[in-house]
Amino acid sequence: MSEHKPNLEGKYKWIGTRPERPDGADKVTGRARFGADFNLPGQLIGKVLRSPHAHAEIRSIDTSKAEKLAGVKAVITAKDFPDQANLIVPTGEMQVNMRDITRNIIAREKALYEGHPVAAVAAVSEAVAKQALALIKVDYKVLPHVIDVAEAMKPDAPILHDHLLTEGANPPASKPSNIAKRIEFKKGDAKAGFEQADVVIEKDFTTQAVHQGYIEPHAALASAAEDGQVQVWTTTQGHFQVRGFCARLLGIETSQIRVTPTEIGGGFGGKTVVYLEPLAMRLSQKAGKPVKMTMSREDVFRASGPAPGGNVKVKIGAMKDGRIVAAECIVQMQAGAFPGSPVGPACMCSFACYDIDNVYIEGFDVVSNRPKVAAYRAPGAPISAWAVESTLDMLALQLDMDPIDLRLKNAAKAGTKTAYGVTFNTIGMVETLEAIKHSAHYRTPPKHGYSRGVAAGFWFNIGADSSAASHVGEDGSVTVISGNPDIGGSRASLALMAAEELGVDYNRVRPVIADTASIGFNFVTGGSRVTFATGLAVVNSVRDMIRELKVRAAKIWKIDPEAVIWEGGMAKPAGNQVGTFEPLSLADLAAQAGRTGGPINGHAQLNVTGAGPGFGVHCVDLRVDEDTGCVHIGRYTAAQDVGTAIHPSYVEGQLQGGAVQGIGWALNEEYIYNSKGRLDNPGFLDYRMPVASDLPMIETILVEVPNPQHPYGVRGVGEVPIVPPTAAVGNAISRAIGVRMTDLPMSPPRLSEVIDAARPKKLMAAE
Amino acid sequence: MAKIHVNTTINGAPTEFLCDANQTLLDVLRDNLGLTGSKEGCGSGDCGACSVTVNGRLVCSCLVLAPEAEGQKIETIEGMAEGDKLHPLQKKFVEMAALQCGICTPGFLVASKSLLEKYPNPTEDEVRYWLAGNLCRCTGYDKIVTAVLEVAAEMRESAR
Repeated sequence: MSEHKPNLEGKYKWIGTRPERPDGADKVTGRARFGADFNLPGQLIGKVLRSPHAHAEIRSIDTSKAEKLAGVKAVITAKDFPDQANLIVPTGEMQVNMRDITRNIIAREKALYEGHPVAAVAAVSEAVAKQALALIKVDYKVLPHVIDVAEAMKPDAPILHDHLLTEGANPPASKPSNIAKRIEFKKGDAKAGFEQADVVIEKDFTTQAVHQGYIEPHAALASAAEDGQVQVWTTTQGHFQVRGFCARLLGIETSQIRVTPTEIGGGFGGKTVVYLEPLAMRLSQKAGKPVKMTMSREDVFRASGPAPGGNVKVKIGAMKDGRIVAAECIVQMQAGAFPGSPVGPACMCSFACYDIDNVYIEGFDVVSNRPKVAAYRAPGAPISAWAVESTLDMLALQLDMDPIDLRLKNAAKAGTKTAYGVTFNTIGMVETLEAIKHSAHYRTPPKHGYSRGVAAGFWFNIGADSSAASHVGEDGSVTVISGNPDIGGSRASLALMAAEELGVDYNRVRPVIADTASIGFNFVTGGSRVTFATGLAVVNSVRDMIRELKVRAAKIWKIDPEAVIWEGGMAKPAGNQVGTFEPLSLADLAAQAGRTGGPINGHAQLNVTGAGPGFGVHCVDLRVDEDTGCVHIGRYTAAQDVGTAIHPSYVEGQLQGGAVQGIGWALNEEYIYNSKGRLDNPGFLDYRMPVASDLPMIETILVEVPNPQHPYGVRGVGEVPIVPPTAAVGNAISRAIGVRMTDLPMSPPRLSEVIDAARPKKLMAAE
Repeated sequence: MAKIHVNTTINGAPTEFLCDANQTLLDVLRDNLGLTGSKEGCGSGDCGACSVTVNGRLVCSCLVLAPEAEGQKIETIEGMAEGDKLHPLQKKFVEMAALQCGICTPGFLVASKSLLEKYPNPTEDEVRYWLAGNLCRCTGYDKIVTAVLEVAAEMRESAR
């Protein structure tokens, strides 16, 4: 069941409707071309040699035998890439260092995780390429490794980077460690707040690394010409980022690289960085032929993404009436082999749902011998939310309060100042809590044998750089061009906004995603920014086009452009005093364009600010099989403040998909390492993501509190939905078995262990 | 090693190809025959993105060796629409937003069609278990299951 009652009923003609997506036919017929579907005549196949060791010094690499193998056209190692300076650049919500990126795409001094690329070859076939990999001799000196965050933070832990001194350490760091960074956020006086509290609850929580789990493995095709120009086709969330990174990594100008984004088979943040692209480009340059590279699923697990795991300590102090007076959160987070975990957002999001006077938050960014983490839907936030929302459930139980009422009592509102310094504008946290409180689900008690959990979640959402263009065709139909890969239906939402703005039929607007040479810069498809920020660029480009259309009508009517208005897809005189003229449609104006000044286009380029933060509240009913530790989800409802739902079906889809990813994170998904530091479950059989039979329908409630800083009130919606599920599920399980769950995932073996350990106590209590 | 000559029928058209003994049906469909609608998500039969039918039986084409196609009738996503007419499942998936990124969609459509051919009146649970071999990471399956149930109802109605 889905609830969507637009609070702006009748205000819009197109926004809030559910038309078919413009790329629908392509995607249901197999015609849509994804990363691995691109080929070029004469292409070679590129393959990567990966480190079998979690941590090893690379003493030498002998590629001579591989180079001599018939059919091998190029072999590369780190020597084929210039070293990079210590330079921080943004990728989505996260930051990366160019010095580290060049070492992540291909190992330089050391291999830092199992699966770390060490060399790559291009050959006439996959079979020859594989043979060539076997002929490359790497002399490794295997080093002691460290996988666990807490272990990696110990003073005697194996050190990954000799240059790494903890940034923000107090006192300043004098010797290298695996702690890349320490951050803190303070508001009020937490110590004094706890002293004043009637109740203080403190608990430790852990989570494991999880993968974004996009179904399409990474794939790239590069073609370098003799004149230095390179073309790339790749599955990415940001082709402009691919261009920017590769220009630096290969030492060529951005203008010499043209990146075309293919259709993208899921990303969730994991396709905001580069892996294969620079290797394929360098191989192509060396071989003089196009080079195609694809990752196997095993490569994807071992060497791309994942999202980090972390250890979180939470302390919450409250008065008897439920008012929270102090809160503390300490997060230690995996960064993978190079610094740069999303510990910042994890800290900032931890208490963002609540208005609390005294807060202390501290975070540690910790490297270990794991693949470098990448963004995953609201990066970092689910980890702190797991801990904070579980602790709040403990507080609700201790105070014997309804968990929604407890949250309502402390909910952030317009004017609430967050611990990270921002004061909220118009937000929908209260409305979202109330939506769950008044939902059919929450008002109905759980079925016999089921128990209920609720949790909330927050995400900032972002704006950033977007460009767009709008063109009127000679028949009056419209093309809208932007530069963000469509990962979940954004073509439809952009076309809806363009149709609304222009006053024309949605089906007369064709949205196109242009390559890096065909539209101005666009930041990644990420941070829930496309419908918001690129949507704004599209709206502005249409407004620019309307301005031009009015000029043309004025010219035809021989009046002042100021005296022309645009209404219902037509140019009209502003009033009778201007003169009497028949309205001119887009088609009329397009037909006369040649005589009135040539083609009619609009453009916009923006650095978009004013992203409206999003809040979600989820409610789950589940049953625990106490014999097997298996959890059955019986009912699930996700409510979220979505600003304005431009295409409600795709908004619901974001809530449903995010919730299910969160359910997987809660119940099954985890990276499992063996004692050698190798990943033991690099496939979908052993890394178990939710399947259809694990789930009920995911009910949604779209709460619409428009973002005042967007012409249509848009808020990003894609990330919030993954934040509440782990704690909602954990709270329901804890209430079901009477033991507080603190470690993810709550998989059958782990849950069985907890249930078995608690059994004697329960029996004694029963006696 | 000599290539193997295979005669088969793909989407109703007699088709012949040469392949290596160790090539999968998926590789041949994608690399030799240009039928890239079937996707490789895992190569181990866990994700269902490469679903096709062989003589009406739903299989992961990454688990079928190409020479096994000899004399069989293969149906892929490319054969689902008739001319310019989408199959009711294809229409419904677009209409109901039962896809986001679309990479798993061909596999889900082939699997759903196969379900409805065998069980025209499935329950929600039956749809969920039949489709449990197909992974979707975007939708949470909700709109996919709903679309399949609606098409089943409509097809039963129009068959009356």
